[in-house]
Amino acid sequence: MDTLELLKTLSNAPGPAGRESTVCSALQGLWQPYADELHVDAMGNLIALQRGTESGGEAAATGGRRAVMAAAHMDEIGLIVTGIEREFLRVHSLGGVDRRVLLGLEVTVHGRADLPGLIGSRPPHVLPAAERQKVLPWHELFVDVGLSEDEVKAQVRVGDHITVRQTVAALKNGRAAGKAMDNRACVAALTLALEALHGRTHAWDFYAVATVQEEVGLKGAITSAYGIAPDIAVALDVTFATQYNDSDPGVFELDKGPTIGVGPNIHPDLAKRLGEAAEADEVPTTLEPLPGSSGTDAWGIQVAREGIPCGLISLPLRYMHQPVETVQLKDVERTGRLLTGFVTRLPADYRPSWEDAMIIADGGPDGSGAEATKDVTA
Amino acid sequence: MSDLINHLEALSNAPGISGAEIEVRKTLRPLLTDHVDAMRVDAMGNLIAHKAGTGASPLRVMITAHMDEVGLMVIGHNSDGTLKVHSVGGISDRLLPGLTVLVGKKSLPGVIGLQAIHRASGLARAPRISQLAVDIGAKSKDGAEGVAPVGTPIVFATRFRRVGQSCIGKAFDDRAGCAILTELLRGDPYPFDVIGAFTVQEEVGLRGAAVAAYAENPDFGITLEGTLADDMPKEDEDVSPTTALGKGTAISVMDRSYITPPRLLRHFVRVADEAGIAYQFKQPGIGGTDSGAVHRARAGIPAITLAVPCRYIHGPASLLRVSDLAATRDLADAGIRRLATEAPRSAVQRGRIRGLDAR
Amino acid sequence: MDLKLLDTLTQTFGPSGYEDAIRDVLLEAVEPHADEVRVDTLGSLIALRKGAGEVPKKVILAAHMDEIGVIATHVEESGFVRFTSLGGVRALSHVGQRVVFHIGSDVCTGVIYLERMDPPKLPGLRNLYVDVGATSRDDCPVHVGDTGVFVGPLAQQGTRLVSKAMDDRVGCYILVEILRRLESSPNDVYFAFTTQEEVGLVGARTSAFRIDPDLAVSIDVTATGDMPKSLPMDVSLGKGPAVKVKDSGMIAHPLVRDGLVAAAEEVGSPYQMEILVGGTTDAAAMQLTRSGVPSGCLSVPCRYVHSTAEMVDAADVEHAVDVLLAFLSKPV
Repeated sequence: MDTLELLKTLSNAPGPAGRESTVCSALQGLWQPYADELHVDAMGNLIALQRGTESGGEAAATGGRRAVMAAAHMDEIGLIVTGIEREFLRVHSLGGVDRRVLLGLEVTVHGRADLPGLIGSRPPHVLPAAERQKVLPWHELFVDVGLSEDEVKAQVRVGDHITVRQTVAALKNGRAAGKAMDNRACVAALTLALEALHGRTHAWDFYAVATVQEEVGLKGAITSAYGIAPDIAVALDVTFATQYNDSDPGVFELDKGPTIGVGPNIHPDLAKRLGEAAEADEVPTTLEPLPGSSGTDAWGIQVAREGIPCGLISLPLRYMHQPVETVQLKDVERTGRLLTGFVTRLPADYRPSWEDAMIIADGGPDGSGAEATKDVTA
Repeated sequence: MSDLINHLEALSNAPGISGAEIEVRKTLRPLLTDHVDAMRVDAMGNLIAHKAGTGASPLRVMITAHMDEVGLMVIGHNSDGTLKVHSVGGISDRLLPGLTVLVGKKSLPGVIGLQAIHRASGLARAPRISQLAVDIGAKSKDGAEGVAPVGTPIVFATRFRRVGQSCIGKAFDDRAGCAILTELLRGDPYPFDVIGAFTVQEEVGLRGAAVAAYAENPDFGITLEGTLADDMPKEDEDVSPTTALGKGTAISVMDRSYITPPRLLRHFVRVADEAGIAYQFKQPGIGGTDSGAVHRARAGIPAITLAVPCRYIHGPASLLRVSDLAATRDLADAGIRRLATEAPRSAVQRGRIRGLDAR
Repeated sequence: MDLKLLDTLTQTFGPSGYEDAIRDVLLEAVEPHADEVRVDTLGSLIALRKGAGEVPKKVILAAHMDEIGVIATHVEESGFVRFTSLGGVRALSHVGQRVVFHIGSDVCTGVIYLERMDPPKLPGLRNLYVDVGATSRDDCPVHVGDTGVFVGPLAQQGTRLVSKAMDDRVGCYILVEILRRLESSPNDVYFAFTTQEEVGLVGARTSAFRIDPDLAVSIDVTATGDMPKSLPMDVSLGKGPAVKVKDSGMIAHPLVRDGLVAAAEEVGSPYQMEILVGGTTDAAAMQLTRSGVPSGCLSVPCRYVHSTAEMVDAADVEHAVDVLLAFLSKPV
């Protein structure tokens, strides 16, 4: 697949939190050829299973292969219609919308049909100086679709969603800017990995999950992790890239590859294996420190059921949560390659262990914990 | 009693911030080996010990104490070889200047220093952690990265000391709880199976307890904590100290993470009164503990937190009274044992009131 | 409308975590009409009406029985009581209001007031105290840990009904009415009177885990945008129950949202589409049960939520019952 074309398809598709069906359909078409099973669950998560080749050690006794889940959220931030006032729409956020970029923004209102509109603001000529610089609160914002009041009321209802109207721009040096690169760029990387893994041998079952509603509380990750109950999981999400007005700690260079997260949200063994896969496949990476919540699907997945060891691969991105999110195409490919290399290298009987891992016990299907078996020192 | 203090000393001195609790596990394991029937380390790093009961009661009771302490993490390196750091868990920035810390697995000493007061311009506001750095003596960025890469954990360098009726040391929140749990597990069997859950990552969101409770699904959960005592001199003295040293174990009625079921609360109060164990009620509405995660697991688990009052928690050196430590141990032991005979009185009167016929 | 029932429900003691009294009242009300009644581990009351279908799906209707309240944190030497909140208690809403503590089998009424603030500013709970008429700590009947609820009797003005704890005793009322009037449904319907919603949707989360439903609907109050200088909100009192699209904790599943709209249209009930910016309901917790449950909410518009004078409209309440009965009549 061509990375830029893939990115365009995914970025341009609408799919705000809670209303992911359009991007989900697009993704289904892309994933179908590479999946042994493909379905959409109760919350709307798209789940593709690519079966592995080998039963893993003890798991062979039950005939099972170990399973790794890779999650990338497919929802984007957007707006929702909260009211209709004359021919104008009142709106509020779906996810963490940056109000500073809303004025003058072109949007699509997904009513009975898709309506182009824009977010208006009062002309500066009539405002006092202090007012002109104000970032407007939600109740002073409105969307104008250019239709009459009757037409609007016939086409739009409270609860309809709104997305940014933006198409991907190819910038110089292999960079691309568009809306929803958070997290479509990682969905693209996951798609590339799914494609690559289809042609490679991997012992483990591979679940690619395009999760929903990450932007409003990691909801799809929490529920899909419970449903799939994988042995380990890797989340793919974006992180902050250096930009002209931000070089504080916590930002990473574009075109230096993805980051690998370390911290309490991440199992150190998985971080280590990701690092080893990166080195072996010559994917440049940087360690990203996460002293608390990673703010990604990994935070929700880690505490599902009896706990699921997590890794996190992050793609540096400029201007997050704005219509002009910018990524390096090569970094998207590198992210896909890293995930691919990590999955293919998982030994059939691998379990992430703690350095002092002593007694390893297989939690039964009812998660009741188990008796000690033997002392296994790492 | 000296055992309890010895355990507290060993545990207090062990380094273990959220997500990096290995040394605490290593300290605990030999203390438990001959006294429990099974131990395992789960996916998140919780150390779960099973102690079989005498068989007198079918209950399963889980006792929780968290192994992690608040600390720092290396997030970057300055060109002069000093380490950029961020807190893991809640630490007030103003406690950091002038500290000695221990960095990484090898416990390399490091120091946090300010610009000399002679040369500094502002005194009133404490610097933010983003303005501080840890100096381990490295001379360059590369030199620092080699020995303390991004993600390296950092703990306070405080060593444990017994001082008369008190103990001083780091991480009494919650190595005090771990010490007590260790002692309970080393004691005589209970009338029922007991699960000792030494949890991880409480300080970053009660994370380990959530998965431990899901996996073990006990009938009751008792959390042992080291909690804050605000009984120091202050401008307005007629306010709640939250807990006070020397007044016994602090029983939680309610905090920001959970509400103790009234019957379970009354059970422990009754046991304390009858056994003459000193206790106080922690000021309702302050803080959160592993009970917050345990009570909401699966279909719900009645939970209560008993805590040792500690001054200066979430800082380099806390202080507790040995008598409060002992009282917490005593009430935990007595209260838990009596769940065997009093469990129905201690839980919400639950179950089927009227059921379906032959379905 | 059964005003006597609503009166009993709103006036019965039951702050978050201390719901025994309200549960007893509800138990008596639902017992004659349910196939199975039980109390689960954290105190939620679950009444089941088995479905008539061959393989009935499981639906939860949830209304929380806890109300916001207070818990004493400190008694001053002078006998004044300091407190913190059980659930979302806004200081400004309770200055000059009465509170009643339940201490064992005794009750003790007090006045909430504000300490002098110089210069005056927006108060927090730490600036309030309760005066129960004590003269010292020793003769104060209230002790640390005692719980209380606000005083706000039920009053009727035309079709408007005002009381404390409409949130969510009006939801409980609706559930009882449905249970009384429901003749048969193709679905197994679990009427869940949940505990501790106000402190984190706790009862809903744990009872839904146990029931493992196919679909879940919460019935709770929502705010309105029809008061002087209110923030714009497209929900008004008396314009029908509100079908929730989204609130701060949950985006309603289209199945449930559209199903409730269809039910409203079927019975010719007025209805409104609701987006609530500040606040959520039990549905947010039920949605995340296990591997996910399609969830939504039917709301009763309510002015002055979390005050001692929450106002609803009787017609909205009755329509809510009709809409839900119609919703339950189809397999989910």
